[in-house]
Amino acid sequence: MTGVQQEHTSLPLLQVRHLCKFFGRQLGCHDINFAVSPGEVIGVVGESGSGKSTLLNCIAGRIKPSNGSVLFSSSKGIIDLCRCEEALMRKIIRTQTGYVTQNPARSLKMHISAGGNIGEKLMAAGMRHYGEIRKTALMWLEKVEIDPCRIDDLPATFSGGMQQRLQIAANLVNAPRIMLMDEPTSGLDVSVQARLIDVLRKLVSGLHLSMILVTHDLAVARLLCHRLYVMKQGEIVESGLSDQILDDPRQPYTQLLVSSVLKP
Amino acid sequence: MPLTYNFAYLDEQSKKMIRRAILKAIAVPGFQVPFGGREMPLPYGWGTGGIQVTASVIGPDDRLKVIDQGSDDTVNAISIKQFFTKTAGIETTEHTRAATIIQTRHRIPETPLQKGQIMVFQVPIPEPLQFIEPKRTQTVKMHAFEEYGSMHVRLYEDVAKFGRIATAFDYPVQVHQRYIMSPSPIPKYDNPKLHQSPAVHLFGAGREKRIYAVPPYTDVVSLDFEDYPFELEQWDGACGVCGSAHSFLDEIVTDDLGTRMFICSDSEFCRNNAGNTFP
Amino acid sequence: MYVAVKGGEKAVKNAQRLLADKRRGDTRVPKISIDQIANQLGLGVDRVMAEGSLYDATAAAMAIQQAQGDMTEAAFLVRAFRTTLKRFGNSIPIQTTEMTAIRRVSGIFKDIPGGQILGPTYDYTHRLIESDPDLDPHAPCDRPSETDTVPPDQTDPCDNASPLPGELPRVIDILQAQGLLQQDETPSKNAAADLTRQPLTFPVSRNLRLQGLTRGDEGFVLGTAYSLQRGFGIDRHPFLGELKVGYVSVRYTPPELGFEIHIGRVKLTECVMVNRQDGAEKHTAGFETGYGLVFGQNERKAMSMSLFYRSLSTSEKTGKSSFPAQDPEFVLSHCDSVESSGFVQHLKLPHYVDFQSELVFIRNRRKDQAPDRGIADAPDL
Repeated sequence: MTGVQQEHTSLPLLQVRHLCKFFGRQLGCHDINFAVSPGEVIGVVGESGSGKSTLLNCIAGRIKPSNGSVLFSSSKGIIDLCRCEEALMRKIIRTQTGYVTQNPARSLKMHISAGGNIGEKLMAAGMRHYGEIRKTALMWLEKVEIDPCRIDDLPATFSGGMQQRLQIAANLVNAPRIMLMDEPTSGLDVSVQARLIDVLRKLVSGLHLSMILVTHDLAVARLLCHRLYVMKQGEIVESGLSDQILDDPRQPYTQLLVSSVLKP
Repeated sequence: MPLTYNFAYLDEQSKKMIRRAILKAIAVPGFQVPFGGREMPLPYGWGTGGIQVTASVIGPDDRLKVIDQGSDDTVNAISIKQFFTKTAGIETTEHTRAATIIQTRHRIPETPLQKGQIMVFQVPIPEPLQFIEPKRTQTVKMHAFEEYGSMHVRLYEDVAKFGRIATAFDYPVQVHQRYIMSPSPIPKYDNPKLHQSPAVHLFGAGREKRIYAVPPYTDVVSLDFEDYPFELEQWDGACGVCGSAHSFLDEIVTDDLGTRMFICSDSEFCRNNAGNTFP
Repeated sequence: MYVAVKGGEKAVKNAQRLLADKRRGDTRVPKISIDQIANQLGLGVDRVMAEGSLYDATAAAMAIQQAQGDMTEAAFLVRAFRTTLKRFGNSIPIQTTEMTAIRRVSGIFKDIPGGQILGPTYDYTHRLIESDPDLDPHAPCDRPSETDTVPPDQTDPCDNASPLPGELPRVIDILQAQGLLQQDETPSKNAAADLTRQPLTFPVSRNLRLQGLTRGDEGFVLGTAYSLQRGFGIDRHPFLGELKVGYVSVRYTPPELGFEIHIGRVKLTECVMVNRQDGAEKHTAGFETGYGLVFGQNERKAMSMSLFYRSLSTSEKTGKSSFPAQDPEFVLSHCDSVESSGFVQHLKLPHYVDFQSELVFIRNRRKDQAPDRGIADAPDL
């Protein structure tokens, strides 16, 4: 069951059409098609090297696709992020999307306080009242369950789980419409993972946030995602509702993935 | 070896090239325009950018004032004045009001500037983001896409740590609601003088090979927060010579016991204010 | 009453007079002549020509004398002089295969077409300071004197020896013929790009990179190249393909004449380094080369230049540079001695106004209470 399952509940926020990325002769991803609606969480799952991160980076504008389109539904109409002017693309990415990496130390500014990290997007968007910035930062620290007293501390003094939650706060602070997350729970303790997933679930439902979550962890996928796309060697091999895919996988590759998850 | 130099040292082609850069800079206020800077007979760091700008705009009828730290008499100001007297034969002056071109290092004169005057600033580090992002390949993009978030984060961190913005000189400004610019290492006390000034302000960085400008009557706003607004320096006391309480004051140690007094940094302003006339 | 100290002008004049005195030194000692410097301190002259970006041994010798032997200062004098010179055109690209070589060695083959010739070099001397360095002009030469076609402007007595045959094939051509040389960068469309006429922007083309390195401070280029060799950027042993020192003819086509004329000869040092490149696929394995070219006899500099290979260009493409020597922006922005010397030393200039601002800030900060932290600051929480 390849291809796209169209969800016509509302106008899609993001559409990916025939997206391809080649690195020289090496295939990153090929002919990817799907759509994300407002408030929808989709998961992209598959083993390492299946092209999930490449796909996410293409959508996030971090690498330039070889072919295809990423259509974003903005207030000015539908914009193809792969073909519009760089300034517009950067603006949309900066203001309407958030990006969370697997290793928070690589995207947080480690020499800037937690408050500064959260406040950066607000200040970049033009907020100029220190008190307001600080109040907003404190509110977000609470939302991601970090002690507000830590607002002036450097991220280097935070645990891995705290850094990850700080990264999430820093990306949600300017109310993006879609979050892109690349293996956000990897490298974290199981109990820490559980807390993170919990925080994410509350945020998604509370903010009506769309999300594309790349993960090799099917348990995480089941807990957070409405729909799943299964990738193998750069292509989507199966897609559908999460429960459907995980309880009744059709493709042999998907069956292999599902069966390798430890059951409690 | 040539015994005579072209007027103001530089050949006419070089001057044209610099003037084109200046025109571009005036057309886009606050934007750093790269230019093919030449080696000058003074070292980099000693004002070669300012000298190249002055050499390109100066004519035989101009009157040149040169100051360093506010004074006409410091050795470097003298050296630069001698350079122009030797290579251009122009008249020099210490009177701010009488000067048509004022080349300066690290200060703007206290006496308000007038329409038609040209200020030329010597700039060591033209990039306001230099200590946030040292790579030029990155800062070029940040300016192009107006991605100045990290600049404001720096100010936020200051307030969080010190309760106030910690920059004292070379205080970043936003020009014409667009580019963030370094006003050169003038004390923040002088920043307001750039805002809606009737004079044209040209900035030359010789070593970094960039020119930028603030045209007359342009908005120049020092970065701050609404609730932590930009503040000027203040001293306990006034100038010990002329009594001014509205000028930037230098601290002078007058004896071995460490006795201090404060004197106007702008020596010409101080003399006028104290009622002295001079030849 | 405080009277402002005046007298800057007088101080500068006196300083200049003192300098002139110091430069002359003890008047009982004979004054050094420009000829002596040009003839007997030729390697110093060569360095000043290279860093001054001007092939004029007389100007360089004068600069060395005026700068009391401070080579960085001398290079600065030559650069300032160069600014005043008119540019009337570009020469035809020189052909180093036509070089009249006085020295030529290779580390990659024992024997090379044309031969390995040591020539005048300190390489195999014992570094003992001799109390009476009265060199026999013919002693260091490998070859016997013959009548020759050495140009009249040469200053090195050893150049009296017969040079090597007029045309020497490039050693790396041996590798090229075997198809083992990796494709060099496509030459820049703007072959006339001139670092002395336009500002440096990144990414940098190969010709501007080489220009920056050849006129860069020898100490900086040497040290940075050394770091590469020690593992801060290269992970294997480089090899000397060929090092040549000699004279090359410079030709120019004046627009008024419409044909080529020979306008002089320049002494150059050329170096080609060779490095193994395993290649992404088996059939692309081969050798890549690095190139160095300097005015005069400047082997240390030419070799250092060539050690940068394409480490500077590769990192521009991949964006990866773990070490400073791999970072083109780091290397090329900081190698110019006139820029670096000026900016470092400019700290001697008065900065008391800026410092005053710092004093005011520090004093005010100490006057404040300890600043409020976090929660108490936020208005309604």
